[in-house]
Amino acid sequence: MTDQTSDASIPSPPLADRLKAQAPYWTVPGLAVLGLVLIADASTWGTLTLAGLAMGMLIFIMASGLTLVFGLMDVLNFGHGAFISIGAFVGATVLLALTGWTGADSLALNLGAVLLAIVAAMLATGGLGWFFERVIIKPVYGAHLKQILVTMGGLIVAEELIHLFWGPNQIPLPRPEMLKGSWVAGGVIVEKYRVLAVVLGAAIFIGLRWSLVHTRLGLLIRAGVENGEMVEALGYRVRRLFVLVFVAGSALAGLGGVMWGLYDEIITAQMGLNILVLVFIVVIIGGLGSVEGCFIGALLVGLMANYTGFLAPKVALGSNILLMVVILMWRPRGLLPAGKG
Amino acid sequence: MLRTLLSEDFPRSRALTAVVLLIVLGLVLAPFVFPGIRSLNTAATICIFIVLVASYDLLLGYTGIVSFAHTMFFGIGAYGVALSLKAFPASWGAVALGAGAGLVLAMGLALVIGLFALRVQAIFFAMVTLAVASAFLILASQLSGLTGGEDGLTYRVPRELSPALKLVSAKVMDVRLDGRIVSYYLIFGSALVLVLGLLRVVNSPFGRVLQAIRENEFRAEAIGYRTAFYRTAATCLSAGAAALAGVLMALWTKYTGPDTTLSLSIMIDILLMVVIGGMGTIYGAVVGATLFVLAKNYLQVLMASAAETTAGVPLLNELVSPDRWLLWLGILFVLSVYFFPTGIVGRLRGRA
Repeated sequence: MTDQTSDASIPSPPLADRLKAQAPYWTVPGLAVLGLVLIADASTWGTLTLAGLAMGMLIFIMASGLTLVFGLMDVLNFGHGAFISIGAFVGATVLLALTGWTGADSLALNLGAVLLAIVAAMLATGGLGWFFERVIIKPVYGAHLKQILVTMGGLIVAEELIHLFWGPNQIPLPRPEMLKGSWVAGGVIVEKYRVLAVVLGAAIFIGLRWSLVHTRLGLLIRAGVENGEMVEALGYRVRRLFVLVFVAGSALAGLGGVMWGLYDEIITAQMGLNILVLVFIVVIIGGLGSVEGCFIGALLVGLMANYTGFLAPKVALGSNILLMVVILMWRPRGLLPAGKG
Repeated sequence: MLRTLLSEDFPRSRALTAVVLLIVLGLVLAPFVFPGIRSLNTAATICIFIVLVASYDLLLGYTGIVSFAHTMFFGIGAYGVALSLKAFPASWGAVALGAGAGLVLAMGLALVIGLFALRVQAIFFAMVTLAVASAFLILASQLSGLTGGEDGLTYRVPRELSPALKLVSAKVMDVRLDGRIVSYYLIFGSALVLVLGLLRVVNSPFGRVLQAIRENEFRAEAIGYRTAFYRTAATCLSAGAAALAGVLMALWTKYTGPDTTLSLSIMIDILLMVVIGGMGTIYGAVVGATLFVLAKNYLQVLMASAAETTAGVPLLNELVSPDRWLLWLGILFVLSVYFFPTGIVGRLRGRA
């Protein structure tokens, strides 16, 4: 009886509003359908969609850390690009040392080598992230202008250090034996490595979401994004949380760097800065601070890049900028903005 | 007279006055005191970068906006002149047409980016400009039919600026007065006018509002200034000045390519110059650009000799190799953001 009255007193919002709240989630299928209509060839579309999803997943891995760091502590970290490059170089060093494993005809050994490279890269960039937070970012909390300048300076120094340790040339990074080539299923070309990228990206997204929604730590992080001062007032050390998120974000950037290096099969010291541009577009589209928005944004960017690359290669360069403009006209704070803005 | 020229914004420090005077004198007399193509080239580069950095200071130092698209505007100006001189026979009309088109395009683009990114959320601006600038860079190197791609464009400049012109047949102080010298003084004069113009802008009521926005945007808005309008206007002005610097660059080098005008490394150079020279003081741009260009041209020579003497020591040798000079400048940059946020000019003024 009481339940019924309370139900009646809170009328459900009009359908239009509910649809509006749902709208960001429909952008990815929407873009995919639009792509199908424009490309008009199911097998080509399948190939491109899979490639787009793989690219999107890789970008998501790198962007998730940046968006969380911004959401939690209001820090805009241009140095994120450095972690991507350094992750790629550490990973490449491990992979090139393990040619016995990567060249073998065994999937287990191949994956083992990739896994080892990823672990090494994550350890290196995670440690570096800790150092970066301590030394570079800690003194400039709350000052956006200085943050941007200082982290940009960190990026320059890191790029130069890569030149110092690994030499000035780009390094070719062949994929492991079993991850080369592709399957063809009904006209759709499925590159093996892209499947790995999609699986890994999806796993990280699910893992991140799960730990943010279902663990106590995740609860605190979300609360910190929403209102850091209040969490501090309740007796939790937001600073410590932040260091943790920063290290995790840097480690994810390193992981993304290894995966991107294997995707491109070549690594350069400038790759971090180049990818950072994509990462920024994704983070802006998604709404600063939001992991889900970041995921949607990454998939949109990946799909858009592949569709326009096929339909109109000349426009492809500007397509991501165009996507960003359209999304921001529609939602000035991004698709799913987190508490702070 | 001097008061009007400097818009009542004096160096306000004996040491700084001396440094600025030294730089201006050095630039005026450069062709005669430091003869040779290499030093003349250095002097012209300094003039151009002073304008570029001063216009960036209007944004970063006075308004507190971080933009990564400044090289894009610089490049638009340079490509405007380059394309026009490529399409038409070398004449002043072609130069004016290219410069005008570049100026209009740069300011229009700045207006669009400003309206779009500054109204939405100021913090987006740094990211949006980085994205737009890198897309523009890729575009310029891809559209090789128009821009010459990675190779860039080479073209002829009006006859008055080419070495073929002889003003007087005799040598003055052992220097032949040819088109190169005319060209240098054209660049020096334009740079001087532009820098004094920027000094006028930042000391006008408009400039005061920009500083108010930098100090406390919320309060500036509460007083009744439309901050979005002022920030967009500052972006457009600085883009226009950058485009004019690009025009000078195109006229001096007779070559325009993505590496010399658009690349992100030039953007980083500009950032370094502004911060090391001193943000929020046009004088900082003058000092910073001069020191940086000199360092870029001569420090590397010094580092090369240091690398030779330490040839036996493995890591140290790598550290001082001339290719690694950006490493040291990067460290200097980070340190100066922390410890000398006012840069060289701030230090010099503080002591007086």
